[in-house]
Amino acid sequence: MSAAEVVKEASMLKQKEMIAGNYDALTSAPETGRKMAATFVPGNLNELIMTFGLLNNLPEINAIQNGMRKLSGDYILEAEKAGHSEDVCTYVKSDLGMMAKGNIAPNGKPLPKPDVLLLSYTGCFTFMKWFELVREQYKCPTVMLHVPYQGDGQVTKNMRDYIVKQLKEEVIPKLEKVSGVKFDIDRLRQYMRESARAEDDLVWVLESAKARPSPIDAYFGGVYYIGPIFTAFRGTPDATEYYRLLRAEIEERMRRGLGPITPEGDMKEQKYRLVVEGPPNWTSFREFWKMFYDEGAVVVASSYTKVGGTYDLGFRHDPEHPLESLAEYALGCYTNRNLPQRVDLLEKYMTEYQADGLLINSIKSCNSFSAGQLMMMREIEKRTGKPGAFIETDLVDPRYFSAANVKNRLESYFQMIDQKRRVASAA
Amino acid sequence: MCAAPAPASSPTAPIIARCQELFDDLDFTAARRWKEARPGRKVVGFMPVYAPRELLHAAGMLPLGIMGAGETLEVIHGDAYYQSYICRIPRSTLELGITGRLDFVDGFLFPSLCDVIRNLSGIWKLLFPKVYVRYLDVPQNFTPGMADGFWIQEMEELREGLAKLGGVEITDEALRDSIAAYNENRRVVREVYAYRAAEPWQAPSSDVYLLMRAGLVLPVEEHTQLLRDWLAAARAEKRQARDNTRIVLNGVFCEQPPLGLIKAIEMAGCYIVDDDFMLVNRFLIGDVKLEGNPLANLASAFLRDSEETAAKYQPDLAVKGKYIVDAVRRNGAEGVIFAAPSFCDPALLERPMLQDRLDRVDVPHIGFKYAENSAQMQPVREQAGTFADSIKLWSTP
Ligand code: SF4
Ligand code: SF4
Repeated sequence: MSAAEVVKEASMLKQKEMIAGNYDALTSAPETGRKMAATFVPGNLNELIMTFGLLNNLPEINAIQNGMRKLSGDYILEAEKAGHSEDVCTYVKSDLGMMAKGNIAPNGKPLPKPDVLLLSYTGCFTFMKWFELVREQYKCPTVMLHVPYQGDGQVTKNMRDYIVKQLKEEVIPKLEKVSGVKFDIDRLRQYMRESARAEDDLVWVLESAKARPSPIDAYFGGVYYIGPIFTAFRGTPDATEYYRLLRAEIEERMRRGLGPITPEGDMKEQKYRLVVEGPPNWTSFREFWKMFYDEGAVVVASSYTKVGGTYDLGFRHDPEHPLESLAEYALGCYTNRNLPQRVDLLEKYMTEYQADGLLINSIKSCNSFSAGQLMMMREIEKRTGKPGAFIETDLVDPRYFSAANVKNRLESYFQMIDQKRRVASAA
Repeated sequence: MCAAPAPASSPTAPIIARCQELFDDLDFTAARRWKEARPGRKVVGFMPVYAPRELLHAAGMLPLGIMGAGETLEVIHGDAYYQSYICRIPRSTLELGITGRLDFVDGFLFPSLCDVIRNLSGIWKLLFPKVYVRYLDVPQNFTPGMADGFWIQEMEELREGLAKLGGVEITDEALRDSIAAYNENRRVVREVYAYRAAEPWQAPSSDVYLLMRAGLVLPVEEHTQLLRDWLAAARAEKRQARDNTRIVLNGVFCEQPPLGLIKAIEMAGCYIVDDDFMLVNRFLIGDVKLEGNPLANLASAFLRDSEETAAKYQPDLAVKGKYIVDAVRRNGAEGVIFAAPSFCDPALLERPMLQDRLDRVDVPHIGFKYAENSAQMQPVREQAGTFADSIKLWSTP
């Protein structure tokens, strides 16, 4: 994720530097001899990966980068030309198309083959097929970590034990073998200690949106804020520093009574406070965001910023129980929670963040998020009495972002909120 | 070229007619009758692709396989729950629920096949709070010894849930008896498949399909007997063999194509000699052991000796996709037809890998998509017909 271009605060520059540094480390791995793991965002084991001195390459992040840089459309076509169905997840196709076209990273250099695919299978079935598909080409070892789903809305001892067993008996020995580095639990603990610090600050930032005016946009801004902690940086002093800077900036904004920074400067008026469910569209991210701030709509809470961990529900990486804590982390990610839990969480956001409505951005690609969202919207409307709205886009396939439709939808939604308010104040 | 339909006087005809009736009946009258026949009986539904039905049976319950509502039911409510880019089976299944057609079902199991079925389990919890709903997180880690404990405990929890639902104790003894009943059923199911592969003109796939569907709604003992009766009847009549092309059908493990699609493939000059319909009937390959801990035996069978499918992770690249080549070889097939429900991530993401394995050994294949309510069969017929013809043409010396 690249930081917004108009106003650059210290945290933004810091993040930009971190991302560029990671891509440089990845693309120069053949020269430096460093080994690399590829893994997915939800439930990722970044602290463990770093314990083995491995670099971390996250294919979803590459897809997002390619979406924002308008490359994903071609990549998807490339994958479809090679025989992949137009119906399936476009992150997968963007990744496969990128590989077919030389696997060029944002720094213009090719990404080397990963040394291991760490399939921490959390919250989405497609991950499994995705790594089976890339394994066809990389032919490198794959390590499965099956993270059970919270089908009954809770984490059981059996689930935790299963994950810890896989970590101890399979994941760790295999990573030792790939990296040639012996497992050092104290090193893992140190990273986890660092993670927890950053997590505290992230939660503070996300919860700052309870204020009026909200100093942040918890969706469009939020996707930048989660960048380091959801990816290759959680557990590093860099990430801790990033969140320290970010928090200080937001504290300052609150003190000055400012709203969020947008690509066009400070957001002035906040007419609508929204909770958003579902990932954003990346190919027209700026245009999409503009449709909100132009209308004075600020997102005060979002579920997407919880796909890589539900820290606001209290989870922190715990160095005292490292493996159990990694298990808890993976089990708790947003899409690993069942639908009733997701509805409860959105309801809680609606209330605690005093939102005017729930907006669902339903992603064509993503069954994990999308299957069931219409039901979720109805439940929230029923429970809160606040209006919901439903728009449909895609993550990285530009063919499925219809700006005119989305804009129309949003405008009528804002009118609906206005109308509800009028009725409420007349009553 | 076409599959010879059974004449009305054929000895298999009444058996298939009964299966057709069960298939057409979206009120599940047979299951309702079974339930009403004795007070306290419970019916537990399950979705594709695998559920340990032995546990339900051991609890004295009827496992009822639900594979959507097919092509006849008009989906009115279900569409309000699902976006257009999601497959059809969850919406028609919801339609069955909302319209009261499943009001006699006391519990519902949602196996971890994909995120759509997974999320449907949550919808079911919200919409039908009185129903016992359980998500079955079948293990995906197939490294030996890694998942047995987890899956045994998951089944233990299911056993407790079912015991509570039925007010019964599910003893190990009862479980062993149930395993024996299903072992027998699986043997006969495989016998039917082997018979069809050996003499496909004797066993039209539309008939075999209906026989297998009946296994989702009938008590297992009755289904086993039905299959035996059918085998005896089929063997007793001689149908004319044709020079059809032998194909394997793959991708049909969840949302079902209309029966007309299977018939269209046959009418186009293909003998379907293997498929992945109703995998639950034969998911476990050998007999599940009877001695020892029954849940451990079920777990071991699942983890070590079960069918390969898109819904399962394959840890070994060298083995990935081998199953489709094996299915071709084992059944003397000449080609593969991939059919997948529209928007089905598991089937559609698996397909390119399977195609690659077939290309490596020069097995021809074609592919298309369907929905359970697809109406137009002509394109399928044409495509399958051209495929069958071209195989015949190129195989002629
Ligand atoms: S289906 Fe959704 S969660 Fe899964 S890989 Fe695609 S975008 Fe990610
Ligand atoms: S048809 Fe495919 S995507 Fe739809 S529920 Fe079945 S397995 Fe899942």
